[in-house]
Amino acid sequence: MIPIQKLHYNLEKVSMGLVAAIIFAASIGGIVEIAPLFTIKETVEVPEDLRPLAPLELAGRQIYIREGCYACHSQMIRSLSDEIDRYGPYSLAAESAYDHPMLWGSKRTGPDLARVGRKYSDAWHVKHLINPRHVVPTSIMPVYPWLMEELDTSLLSAQVSTLHRLGVPYDTSQLENVKTDVLAQSQPDSDEAEGIAKRYGKDVAVRAFDGNPEKLTEMDAVVAYLQSLGTRTKEPYKILSEKPK
Amino acid sequence: MTTHRSRSVSPDDVDFKDGIQEVDPVTGYDTTGHRWNGIRELNTPFPRLVLVILMLTFIYSVIAWVLLPAWPIGKSYTHGILGLTQEGEAISGFVAIEKTRQSWLSRFDKPDFAALAADKLLLAKAMPAAVRLFEDNCAVCHGQKGTGGPGFPNLADAYWLWSGEPKEIAQTITVGINSTDDDARFAQMPAFDSLSRSDRKKLADYVTALPQGKTSAKDPASALFADNCAPCHGDDATGGLENGAPSLADHSVIYGQDRHTVLTTLAHGRQGVMPAWSNRLSSAEINLLALYVAQLASKQNERTK
Ligand code: HEC
Ligand code: HEC
Ligand code: HEC
Repeated sequence: MIPIQKLHYNLEKVSMGLVAAIIFAASIGGIVEIAPLFTIKETVEVPEDLRPLAPLELAGRQIYIREGCYACHSQMIRSLSDEIDRYGPYSLAAESAYDHPMLWGSKRTGPDLARVGRKYSDAWHVKHLINPRHVVPTSIMPVYPWLMEELDTSLLSAQVSTLHRLGVPYDTSQLENVKTDVLAQSQPDSDEAEGIAKRYGKDVAVRAFDGNPEKLTEMDAVVAYLQSLGTRTKEPYKILSEKPK
Repeated sequence: MTTHRSRSVSPDDVDFKDGIQEVDPVTGYDTTGHRWNGIRELNTPFPRLVLVILMLTFIYSVIAWVLLPAWPIGKSYTHGILGLTQEGEAISGFVAIEKTRQSWLSRFDKPDFAALAADKLLLAKAMPAAVRLFEDNCAVCHGQKGTGGPGFPNLADAYWLWSGEPKEIAQTITVGINSTDDDARFAQMPAFDSLSRSDRKKLADYVTALPQGKTSAKDPASALFADNCAPCHGDDATGGLENGAPSLADHSVIYGQDRHTVLTTLAHGRQGVMPAWSNRLSSAEINLLALYVAQLASKQNERTK
């Protein structure tokens, strides 16, 4: 019996040893395929213009996770030609560099949302979330009328700080103004609204997302988040503008 | 493979009655040497065909390592001599899709709508694509057949906020209405909360009665309308002033022309948003959609005539 056979023969008789060996053997594929993604430069280069989520958008992301929207919607356009044709440029890994956790998903009961930002109006999103059947009669998406309730912002500062500690580049002024910014993004006519553009860039949408600037609702947050999807860096759009003719 | 091999059995292997491998007389295969209450287990050899296929996959993987991106090496990886990438494949596939489409879509680069509409052969190719474009981008608001719904205008009737000319429709699609585009069309129905509630009620009754033609110039609301509303909606309330203010005298509505809805419109104002599509669709695609939308309306017209 050659030594390796002997090893296997003996291993078969030590069940915990066999379990450990199976785990080791099965993880080789994962280690070889996944681990290098953290070191290979091409996959981890964060675009210079990628901005972190503004506080209201971050609050919307938390609600998106709470409501399980990711169970039906992916946020990753695959690098396949027909996906590019339907949704736009494929998703880059680096686009979700500041997302903890990322929400790529693979289940598509509804359409991919990675490029949905700015595609529809705020009013449409509000109508659609309150009851999708009001605008898309055949939709099977659930209703979310409770999103019209007030947004709880008590944990938001802590959430932004946590992300900061995980490496998301919120600067001091962004960290200090979470409470002001979350309100100001839904109040375009307030004095504080200018601060959003100053801190997060002028491309950030500052609007009364749910139509009512007086009350800050979960709807404001979710719609602000949806409108930001695919708009936080221009990098992926270069793929198509620089493509060979 | 049918040689006898013996191996040592430890004394605590109580299942083993003996450790002797022997040849099964029926199949000619080895047994494993295990024996449970007299039942022995065959040591059937691995099928030769599967072994051959397994070897072929090994050979293929070596070829693939040479041709395709394979091994990670620190900050980089072996790119393979074919230089293929998943992303590159996707882009060239997409370019190929565009090229096929370009054979007819390029005709829509120049918005000579009269010529395009007359080319039946071209339309046979283009209209199915227009339907798909409309369903992917417009249907969630304007409805699958373009008939709209509360807040989203009907595009399949003969009543327009701006214009039913394909050229103007293309402009609307390109820049949007009240959108974030710098050149967007602007249309705002102001809130009339400055008017007294009773005036608003009078106006609401007046506007509700307009489509039925049941209003009269002697109605005191008629003066209110002339003062406050006519500058945008027109003296006879038929709109058409190219400012996005709809005719209030026809049966086509955006939000609704019942008393309750009109009161809401007057109290809070309205400013519907139609997004701009210049970043998502090419100008040829926009021209194609414009022709499609214009034809939706004329098809409807033929039906109602
Ligand atoms: C049961 C599955 C399901 C869940 C859960 C779900 N959706 Fe959907 N969603 C759909 C389907 C199906 C559609 C397509 C039909 C439609 O437009 O309503 C859709 C469409 C959408 C669209 C329009 C996308 C487009 O490009 O037209 C948005 C935006 C959206 N959903 C957001 C959300 C959000 C936000 C949540 C969580 C609050 C959510 N969805 C939860 C199934 C789901
Ligand atoms: C987010 C919802 C939404 C989507 C998506 C949308 N529209 Fe609109 N569209 C509107 C609204 C709202 C108006 C009316 C704006 C107003 O109230 O002034 C409008 C107006 C229009 C008009 C002007 C109609 C007139 O009477 O002059 C045209 C034409 C039009 N849309 C075509 C399209 C096409 C084509 C698409 C797809 C590429 C599209 N729309 C997608 C919401 C939408
Ligand atoms: C500054 C121009 C302007 C003035 C003044 C104005 N309107 Fe409007 N009105 C609009 C526009 C633009 C719209 C379309 C809004 C939209 O599409 O979101 C509109 C829409 C409406 C609608 C909704 C129609 C529908 O189909 O649902 C009603 C009703 C209306 N106006 C009534 C009035 C009345 C009554 C007055 C006078 C008190 C008035 N408007 C004054 C510009 C104006």
